[in-house]
Amino acid sequence: MTVIVHDSSAILERSTARLRYLRALGGIVQREWLRFLRQHGRLAAAVVRPLIWLAVFSAGFRSALGLSITPPYHTYILYEVYLVPGLAAMMLLFHGMQTSLSMVYDREMGSMRVLLTSPLPRWYLLGARLVATTVVIIPLVIGFMLVARLWDVRPPMLGYLAVLPAVLLSGLMLGAFGLLLSSMIRQLENFAGVMNFVIFPMFFTSTALYPIWRLEDADVFLARLAELNPFTYAVELIRFSLYLRINLLALSVVVFGTLVFLALAVLGYQPERAWSIRRADA
Amino acid sequence: MRVLSAAAVFGLILATIAPAAAESIFVSNEQDNSVSVVDGTSLKVVATIPVGRRPRGILASPDGKAVYVAEGDDNRIDVIDPIARKLVGSLPSGKDPEQFALDPQGKHIFIANEDDNEVSDLDIAKKAVIGTVPVGVEPEGMAMSHDGKLVACTSETTSMVHLIDAHSLKPVANILVDPRPRSVIFSPDDKVIWVSSEVLGTVTAIDVASHKVLGHVRFAVPGLTREQVRAVGLEQTRNGKRVFVSLGSANRVAEIDPVSYKVKRYFLVGKRVWHVAVSPDQKRLYTANGNSGDISVVNLEDNEVTRSIPVGRGPWGVTVVP
Repeated sequence: MTVIVHDSSAILERSTARLRYLRALGGIVQREWLRFLRQHGRLAAAVVRPLIWLAVFSAGFRSALGLSITPPYHTYILYEVYLVPGLAAMMLLFHGMQTSLSMVYDREMGSMRVLLTSPLPRWYLLGARLVATTVVIIPLVIGFMLVARLWDVRPPMLGYLAVLPAVLLSGLMLGAFGLLLSSMIRQLENFAGVMNFVIFPMFFTSTALYPIWRLEDADVFLARLAELNPFTYAVELIRFSLYLRINLLALSVVVFGTLVFLALAVLGYQPERAWSIRRADA
Repeated sequence: MRVLSAAAVFGLILATIAPAAAESIFVSNEQDNSVSVVDGTSLKVVATIPVGRRPRGILASPDGKAVYVAEGDDNRIDVIDPIARKLVGSLPSGKDPEQFALDPQGKHIFIANEDDNEVSDLDIAKKAVIGTVPVGVEPEGMAMSHDGKLVACTSETTSMVHLIDAHSLKPVANILVDPRPRSVIFSPDDKVIWVSSEVLGTVTAIDVASHKVLGHVRFAVPGLTREQVRAVGLEQTRNGKRVFVSLGSANRVAEIDPVSYKVKRYFLVGKRVWHVAVSPDQKRLYTANGNSGDISVVNLEDNEVTRSIPVGRGPWGVTVVP
């Protein structure tokens, strides 16, 4: 009899524990949603930024005669067709970095402390926040790719479905990278540095704007940099998925990158081993 | 249920990927002295047939049992068996044959002899040129009316299109067109001829009976200068509703509405597209891209360029055998 009571209490404990985890995730997702939706400027910027890039860049003459064939494309494409997956990844990159900004802000304002004092494990809280921040941007990314149809960028309709996991994974990797950065940034003001030293270099030394062969033509060093840049693989994962193909290398790099960045970020957020504290000590 | 929907999704994917038909596409490679054969289902090169020097004009016989290729530097027309994918013979053509036209019965070939400024009438059964007719300087484009009564020929330097009686080989009319006319085709009802002019990049529709110009089409490809747009190859679907023009170094094929004479759309294809061919079921357009060494496949149902397939060097002409 007592055994049964013990068992049921254990079950109860487990289920309340599970409930706690879910409630925490729900709370975090809800907070991110509300925050994102209320930041009208940021919301608008997230959509308008890639559209401006698309409009301005696709007007360039270099696109008029078509780009040579590179997988996953089966034929010649206009530059705007090439550009769209890169710009979708750019949305994720900006979003991931802005999230890292808000992380620093949260820490300064104290709401981060509230979150991290929750009894749930730190890796879970950070992971939940990462998932929450990534999920909010996905509809916008897909929306942008749909709007790009106005520029005659028309991947197969199934591609918009197939690209969802790729967008989520890439968003997670870039978000985890942002988390890692936020664990290392002490002040809000340092975000300008993130823009200059992280977002732009990552974006420009990737295959977002030009295929590898074109980078090689310009500068072999640039091409090698692009091959070492994790952002390249986020772009290619999205590009291939949008055209219903799987790029295994890109997939592996993005999954591996997510895990490594997240692990380092969790490590960085351990109060006793925080990079910032260690740096402050030094 | 889940299995069913998964199967449905898989089927949908297959349907979007699977190319269409069991036809063969024959492409003349001007710089490789060969003809590439592309399978219409797998869209892969399944054979490369060595032919004479400088193969350009290429056409399949009406019964689909022979493919003819004009060999400009060998002054002959080679005959390919499309089933065996082998060269089975050759026919005399007169000097420097480039484009040619087949009569609807498949008994005669009318050939433009660029160097001699004349059109030769080749009797296929006799394997002999049985007549010639002088035309303007540098004859190039050739077409035959579907009723077999008229031959049309463009002369590049004279900038004219000549209408010739196919039986008497007498000129019927000489009509002035825009500079360097490259190709000519008859509409399916034989009432209109379409002529492409390379220098200005224009296409002119001319009434066959009155010799009057019915329509004049100019092309404006976004991002390209007028000089980059040349008009070369021409094709019209059997129902007469769609006319296609290859725009050379603009890397585009334009579709013209034959009623309004307006450009409906541009298809981005490979570099320096020469000639084009519509599949027998009228669902696909194949283009020979001279500078990128490939052919592009245009799905005419979705109006999408689906694929480009590398062939030999300097693809010039293309024809489809069912």
